[in-house]
Amino acid sequence: MKTLLDCHKDCKVRIVKLNTGGELKQRLISFGIMKGAEVEVLEHAPAKSTIEIKVGKMRIALRGEEAKFIDVEKI
Amino acid sequence: MSSEDAKVCPITANHIKVALVGQPNVGKSMLINSVSNAHLHVGNFSGVTVDKTEVLFDYKNYHFTVVDLPGTYALTDYTIEERVTNEYLCTEDYDIIINVVDSTNLEKNLQLTSELLTMSKKVVIALNMSDEAEKEGIKINAEYMTELIGVPCIKVSAATKEGIEELIEAVAIKHETSKNRPKLVFSESVEEEIAQLVWYLDKHKYNSTNSYRNVAINLLKGNKKTYAKLHDEPIWIELQPILIEATKHIELHHDSDDIKEAFAEEYAAFNRGIAAEVLKQKKVEEKKTLTEKIDSILIHPIFGIPIFLFFMWSLFQLTFVIGNIPMDYISMFFTWFGDTIGATIGNDDIRSLVVDGVIAGVGAVVLFVPNIIILFVGIALLEGTGYMSRVAFLLDGFFHKFGLHGQSFIPLVTGFGCSIPAYMSARILKNDRDRLLTLFIIGFMSCGARLPVYVLFSGAFFAPDMAGNVLFAIYISGAMLGLIAAKVLKLTAFKGKDEPFVMEMPKYRLPTFKLIWHTVLTKTMMYLKKAGTFIAGAAMLIWFLSNYPHNIDLTKSYETKIEKTQDVREKNILKNQLSETQLEQSYLGRIGKFSEPLFAPLGFDWKMSVALQAGIAAKEVVVSTLGVLYALGNDVDQNSNSLMGAISKNISFPSAVAFIVVIMIYLPCFAASIVFTREAGHIKYFFYLFAFTSIVAYVMAFIAYNVTSFLL
Ligand SMILES: Nc1nc2c(ncn2[C@@H]2O[C@H](COP(=O)(O)OP(=O)(O)OP(=O)(O)O)[C@@H](O)[C@H]2O)c(=O)[nH]1
Ligand SMILES: [Mg+2]
Repeated sequence: MKTLLDCHKDCKVRIVKLNTGGELKQRLISFGIMKGAEVEVLEHAPAKSTIEIKVGKMRIALRGEEAKFIDVEKI
Repeated sequence: MSSEDAKVCPITANHIKVALVGQPNVGKSMLINSVSNAHLHVGNFSGVTVDKTEVLFDYKNYHFTVVDLPGTYALTDYTIEERVTNEYLCTEDYDIIINVVDSTNLEKNLQLTSELLTMSKKVVIALNMSDEAEKEGIKINAEYMTELIGVPCIKVSAATKEGIEELIEAVAIKHETSKNRPKLVFSESVEEEIAQLVWYLDKHKYNSTNSYRNVAINLLKGNKKTYAKLHDEPIWIELQPILIEATKHIELHHDSDDIKEAFAEEYAAFNRGIAAEVLKQKKVEEKKTLTEKIDSILIHPIFGIPIFLFFMWSLFQLTFVIGNIPMDYISMFFTWFGDTIGATIGNDDIRSLVVDGVIAGVGAVVLFVPNIIILFVGIALLEGTGYMSRVAFLLDGFFHKFGLHGQSFIPLVTGFGCSIPAYMSARILKNDRDRLLTLFIIGFMSCGARLPVYVLFSGAFFAPDMAGNVLFAIYISGAMLGLIAAKVLKLTAFKGKDEPFVMEMPKYRLPTFKLIWHTVLTKTMMYLKKAGTFIAGAAMLIWFLSNYPHNIDLTKSYETKIEKTQDVREKNILKNQLSETQLEQSYLGRIGKFSEPLFAPLGFDWKMSVALQAGIAAKEVVVSTLGVLYALGNDVDQNSNSLMGAISKNISFPSAVAFIVVIMIYLPCFAASIVFTREAGHIKYFFYLFAFTSIVAYVMAFIAYNVTSFLL
């Protein structure tokens, strides 16, 4: 399964599953990063250590390490 | 309510206490500023407000108390600031909630709204940023929205003050009317379960202030407080199996094993529905918004960091170049002022106290106001434009290597202004270990009060065109040392796994001139106020300690010597010798001499040692103390009137470097230490901090002194 970390800049995907539990999951959900949400990757920091994504109208920065818990599919 | 309030408003019936709730960065604080004459801190990033603040104002015959709360995405309690909001909402006494939402991002903001609607409170929704929404071609039908969710929705703009009166009016009306029954509709499967629970609660006539529907929703969501309350009721035994069954159904329906996730999806669907009904986007959205275009440059993987460094460098260059233009005038003013005032005072001692103590001390601090203003403008721009979050994004990878969280950047940058708000803003860090670590290294970010010392010394030893670079280098090396210290602490004291980094990147905004003006003015006035009170008092104390006890024999013997010589130069030398010796024999001189051996390995003379010790109270005192000490010592020497001149003449370059290093690292100030202790949560951390910073400062200064001496 493809994760958000595998996505290139400017690619648009839909979230299939959050492969994590507990606080991180709650945190992601409270930012609107949840199943069914459409996500666009805007920018990568070097080595994908941090990425900027767009969910709805909101831009969110998160670490590559967290992005790899987010399963996505192409739209 | 304090007795003073009671005097102004005898009719308590007209009191309305409002809790201002909303997601971060939607303009809650700005909204309060626009209805009252408060000057709450406003900035374009999430986590500006970290503590609750009450603001009082009158409108018609109502007395409003508005409580500004930290922004929160959902009613969770991960970070301290979120906890503040959550606790306030659940436990404090207030009449009504104003839920502030960002009109340009309605759907996302409704997420918190829908959570608020399940609380048994009166709610009014403020659709803020309506000016921005209009520019972006977004139209919200507020009347229709009011009808749809059963809560008054008012379009406002904190920036243009549009709709503010209507909002207050609506709050007043809502206050008079009964509770509303918000219309939050879920999917069929959830509605079925809710209906069943409501039926059950109704059957047993369960006693509750909240509606049965809300109780049912909260139960299904797994709200801890509702659970705790029902858990002690006899109906719980029967209720529990029904609840478990209901939860299973919902989870099954959502193909998830997490009821919270299922509810988040339910809310999201409801919000999408509302947004679709009331929103009209007139313009077609551009493929890339302006913010995204700017971002593609400012957070570019390769150019991002160099651009940031360039901004910082420019800021310090400006601080020095522009800040130093008025310096001569301020200096001249204080000399003139001192002379003028001095001429009116007959008594020698009092004159010296006023002129050499207070005026020299305060003057030395006020001298740097222009530099400080430029630094504050820089920080205000960083905070106001939205660039702050970008830098946190850029530096997260780098910070992460040193064991810090990207969001640590926000308190650390605040620390360049003043350590006190910086310690407070560390609350945005979710994890206590990250927060403590950040608290420990905030001091390495040189605060505004240290700027005068740096400007003084770099101005004394470097040509004006180099001094800006030196200033930049000082700040960068301070920050670097901080990072290294963080790494060391992370490997030893604060071991543990890393926390996630999820942060909103706000859109870029051009802060209004008024906003910058107010932010800078408030901070500058605080600096001046401190100069006029605390620093003046400290300067008086320093003056007293450096003038007493009087050694009359010494003075007499010198005076006879001075009278005997005819040579003017000889006279001056003798006079200087007299004042130097007097100073050395004063209380302060004795303290200095006593501690001199401790600081001798760093190349400090006793005056520098004293200034450093006085600096524990506040960093401005370092400059004012040097001002007093050199003003006294060099009374007679007309040529080195300026403090800069005195410093370059009396202090060797390696000693100056070591001095800067100590200033850079050791404790920020007395007030900051108190706030640090409070935020860290235990007095022991203060002693750790004191020991840690003192040892590091000493060792680094020792190295710096010897390396510079060797190189020269
Ligand atoms: N154009 C426009 N900008 C606004 C308006 N209200 C607030 N802002 C801007 O939005 C940003 C956030 O404002 P704040 O008042 O600090 O937001 P807050 O909700 O208190 O944020 P936190 O304290 O972090 O939760 C600032 O840059 C404001 O200038 C508005 O009505 N119109
Ligand atoms: Mg605020």
